Amino acid sequence: MNAAIEVSGLSKRYGNLTALDNVSFTVERGEMFGLIGPDGSGKSSLYKILATLTSPDAGSATICGLDTVNDYVKLRKLIGYMPEKFSLYQDLTVSENLHFFASLFGVSIKDNYDIIAPVFAQLERFPNRRAGALSGGMKQKLALSCALIHRPKILLLDEPTTGVDAVSRSEFWDMLSTLREKGITILVSTSYMDEATRCGRIALIDKGKILRVNTPDGLVAGLDENLYNASATRMFELLTRIRQLPEVEDCYTFGATLHVVGRKGFNLSSVMDKLRLEGLHDVKVYPAKGDIEDLFIKLTR
Amino acid sequence: MSIFQSLVRKEALHIIRDTRTMVITLLMPIVLLLLFGFAISTEVNDVRVVAVVDQFTDETRDILQRLRVNEYFTFQGLTTPEDVDALLRSGKTDAALFLRKEEGVLKSQIVVDASNTNTAQTATAYIRGVVNGSSAKSLILTSTLYNQQLKSAYNFVPGILGMIFILICAIMTSVSIVREKETGTMSLLLVSPVKPRTIILGKLVPYFLLSCVILTVMLLMAYTVLGLPVSSSVISVIAVSLLYIILSLSIGLMVSTVVDTQLTALIVSAVMFMLPVIMLSGMIFPVDNMPVVLQWISNIIPARWYIEAMRKLMVQQLAFSYILKDVLILLIMTLVLLAASIVKFRSSTR
Amino acid sequence: MHYYNDNAISVRNLTKCFGSFTAVDHISFDVAKGEIFGFLGANGAGKTTAMRMLCGLSVPTAGNGQVAGCDIMTRAEAIKHRIGYMSQKFSLYSGLTVEENIRLFSTIYGMTSARIKEASERVFKELGMEDMRGAFVKDIPVGWRQKLAFAVATIHKPEVVFLDEPTGGVDPVTRRKFWELIYKASSDGMTVFVTTHYLDEAEYCNRISIMVDGRISALDSPAALKEKYHATTIDEVFRIVAQDAQRAD
Repeated sequence: MNAAIEVSGLSKRYGNLTALDNVSFTVERGEMFGLIGPDGSGKSSLYKILATLTSPDAGSATICGLDTVNDYVKLRKLIGYMPEKFSLYQDLTVSENLHFFASLFGVSIKDNYDIIAPVFAQLERFPNRRAGALSGGMKQKLALSCALIHRPKILLLDEPTTGVDAVSRSEFWDMLSTLREKGITILVSTSYMDEATRCGRIALIDKGKILRVNTPDGLVAGLDENLYNASATRMFELLTRIRQLPEVEDCYTFGATLHVVGRKGFNLSSVMDKLRLEGLHDVKVYPAKGDIEDLFIKLTR
Repeated sequence: MSIFQSLVRKEALHIIRDTRTMVITLLMPIVLLLLFGFAISTEVNDVRVVAVVDQFTDETRDILQRLRVNEYFTFQGLTTPEDVDALLRSGKTDAALFLRKEEGVLKSQIVVDASNTNTAQTATAYIRGVVNGSSAKSLILTSTLYNQQLKSAYNFVPGILGMIFILICAIMTSVSIVREKETGTMSLLLVSPVKPRTIILGKLVPYFLLSCVILTVMLLMAYTVLGLPVSSSVISVIAVSLLYIILSLSIGLMVSTVVDTQLTALIVSAVMFMLPVIMLSGMIFPVDNMPVVLQWISNIIPARWYIEAMRKLMVQQLAFSYILKDVLILLIMTLVLLAASIVKFRSSTR
Repeated sequence: MHYYNDNAISVRNLTKCFGSFTAVDHISFDVAKGEIFGFLGANGAGKTTAMRMLCGLSVPTAGNGQVAGCDIMTRAEAIKHRIGYMSQKFSLYSGLTVEENIRLFSTIYGMTSARIKEASERVFKELGMEDMRGAFVKDIPVGWRQKLAFAVATIHKPEVVFLDEPTGGVDPVTRRKFWELIYKASSDGMTVFVTTHYLDEAEYCNRISIMVDGRISALDSPAALKEKYHATTIDEVFRIVAQDAQRAD
C-alpha cells in the first residue's frame, strides 16, 4: 500500500522568496504527523501544494499514491483541508456552514455524523448561531467539522490552534487523537513547539527547509548533555554574565530560568563560583532537560 | 439539493444578511429615478423676466404679450433701466429685455444673469425666440421629436440603469469573490470536487437575479410613474439590458481575478468602471460635446453603448434594427471579457 | 490623589459592564514597579476589556485604581502619555521606513525634535540597526521588526509597557531575543504587563494572573502556582483553573 503522504524534493518559489527548498518526507497511513516551524517557514506553501491549490516548481507530492498535480480531481475527494485562520462563512449559521460543505461534496450529514460527532457535539447546542459570533475555540471546531464531513482519508490542518486559548487547544488535540484512532491520517502544523509532543512524528521546518524528522522523544534524545538551568533574581545581569564565560557555548532565556549550553569541560561548581564572585549571590545552576525548542535553537543558530 | 443550488442559496444568504447593502442597492435606483424624474431637471422653466420699453408700439406690445403667455417665462412687468441692475444683482429677476426704437427700427437687448450659464443660455435663446417671433422674416419653427414634453427624466432612465448594473454586477460581485479569497473560503471551494465553472456560475447567478429584480422595478416605474410610452420596444429594452447585465458581471469577474483585497476590488471597480459611466457615457454630459480624446475613450465604455441603445429604444421608440451597432459592440465586449476572465480565473486556481 | 504609591499598577474592584453583561467583574491586583506581570485568560474571559481600562481607553463602570501614578477614573488621558503599547496584530507601519516609524511614534507621544533625534540615535545604536534605518519595515526580517516594535513602544520611556500577545507565531530564537529585551527593560525599572497564549512564556514573568469569566481566579509567581495546583507546567495550571469557565463560548 502507498504511503499516506509522500513528498520528495519539493521546491516552491514566489518571486525572490524561496518558500520551500527541496523538501522531502513521508507520512505513513494512520499517523499523526506534525509540521513544526515558525511563521514564514514554508508550512502554508506546503499545505497549498498538498491541497492541490498550487503546483510545485520542482519535485513531487503524492497522497495515497495520487499525484497532487496530475490526479488532483480524484485527490480532492480524499483530503479534508483546514486552511490557516478558520475559513468559514461568518455570516452563515453553524448549521448552514455545515450543510453547505456537505453539499459541496454531495454527502449527507446524517450518513457521516458519526465521524464529526466528537468534534461537533459542543456545537450542537447552537445550530442557529452565526459562525462570526462563535469564540475562537468553537470556530476551530466548526471548521474541523466542515473539513471532516465528507469522510476524508487524509486531514490537512494548517495551524489549527493559532489564536486559541490553552484549554480549547488541549481539547482540540484530544479530538485529533480520537480521529487518528478512527484511521484518519493527520498532517498538522503549528508554531507552538510545546504541541509537538502530541504528534507521533514531527518534522521541524525553518526557512523552507526540513531540519529534522523524528519522534518527539527521538528528537530531544541527547540534548540534555551539557544543558543547564540557571536562575537568579537579577535575570538580565545573569544572562549577560553567563554569556561572557568561555566555557559557555550559548545561553538563552527559557521560562523561569535561563538555559545554558556548555562547551566540553563545563564545570558546574566552578561556573557557580565565578558568577557568585561577580556579585550574583543567589545564583543557581543545575542540569536541565532539553526540549524541542532547545533543539530548534541549536539547529537554527 | 444540487451543488449548484446550494452555492446559489449560500450566496443569496450573504446578500440578504448584509441588510445595509441590500437596502441601498434596492432603494438607490428608485430614489435616483424619482430624483431625476421629478426633482432634478436640466430643463429651464419659469425664467423671471422684466422688460424696459422706451416707446410702446403694437410691436412691443405684441412681444410683451407673448412673454406673458409663454409658459417658460414669468413676466414680472416693466421697469426702468436704472432698476434693472439692482433687480439682477439681488436675484429678484433672471433676465431683462430692453426694447428701443432707433431710427424707426426696433432694437432689442437681452441682459441675463449668467451665474448659471446653462440657464442663461437657454433663457437668452427663449427670449430671442420670443422677440424674433414678432417678425415674420426670421421665424424659426422648432418641432421636437421623440420626447415631445422635453422631459429630461426619460433621458436619465438608461443612465441610471447603466450605473446601477455596474454597481451590483461589477462592484458587488467582485467584492464578494475577493472576500472569499481574503477569508480563505475560496480555497475550500477549490479543493472540493466542485468545478471552477460551477463556482463562478454560483457566484454570478444570484447577482444576475438581483439585477433582474431591479430591472423589473425600474422598468415598471419608468413606464408607469414617469409615463414612458409602452410599445413593442419593451422586449428589446429587456434583451439589451440583460446583455448589459451579463457584461457587467464579466467586468466584476475580471476585476476579482486581478485584485486580492476587497478594498482594491471596490476602488478598481468604482474608479475604472463607475466613474466613467457617470462622466463619459453620455449619461449626464452628451458625448458629442466632449473633447475628441474623451469621445474616443468613451467608445470603450460599455455603458456608453448601452445608454445609446436604450435611449433609441425608450425615448425615440426606434426599432431594433437601429441599435444593431450598439448591441453588436456590447456583445463583442461581453464575449471578450467573459472569455478572458474565465481563462484568468481557471489559471489562478491551478 | 496618590495611593498605592510604590506600585506601577494598582486596581481595586475594577468592573466593566456592557448592558447586563459583566465583562470584568471586580478585579483587584497590584503590579510592582519593574515587575514583569503576565496577564492570562481563556478566550472571552475579559482580558482585552481589562487591558483597555488599564490603558485609559475605556472608562470602568465601577472600581478605582491607578496606572503609572494616574487615577484611571479621572485621569485616563494622562495615563496614555505614561504607558507604551505593543501588539502582535499591529505595531509598525510596514510601508514606512525604520526611521520614519520611529519619527512618527515619537511625534505621537509628543516628543520634541531634539529628543526625537536623540531617541532615534539611541534606538539605532542599542539595536544595532544603523544600516537599516532607510529600509522599509516590510523588508526587514521578523526578528528585527519585533525588536523595533518594542523599541518604538518604549521610545518615550514609559513607566509601564503593555504587550498584547507580542510573540505569536515567531520562531524560538526570535522569541528569546524579544524576552531579553523585556528583561532588560525590566532591569532598567520599566514595568511590563504582558498577555500571551504561549503558556510556557508565562514562566518568564515574575508573577501571573489567570482570568476566568471576568474574575481573576489565580495570581502568584509561576513557581508558587505550580506548587499550589500540583502541576509541572503553567499549561497544566491554566487548564485546572480555566476548565470550569462558563463563558469560553
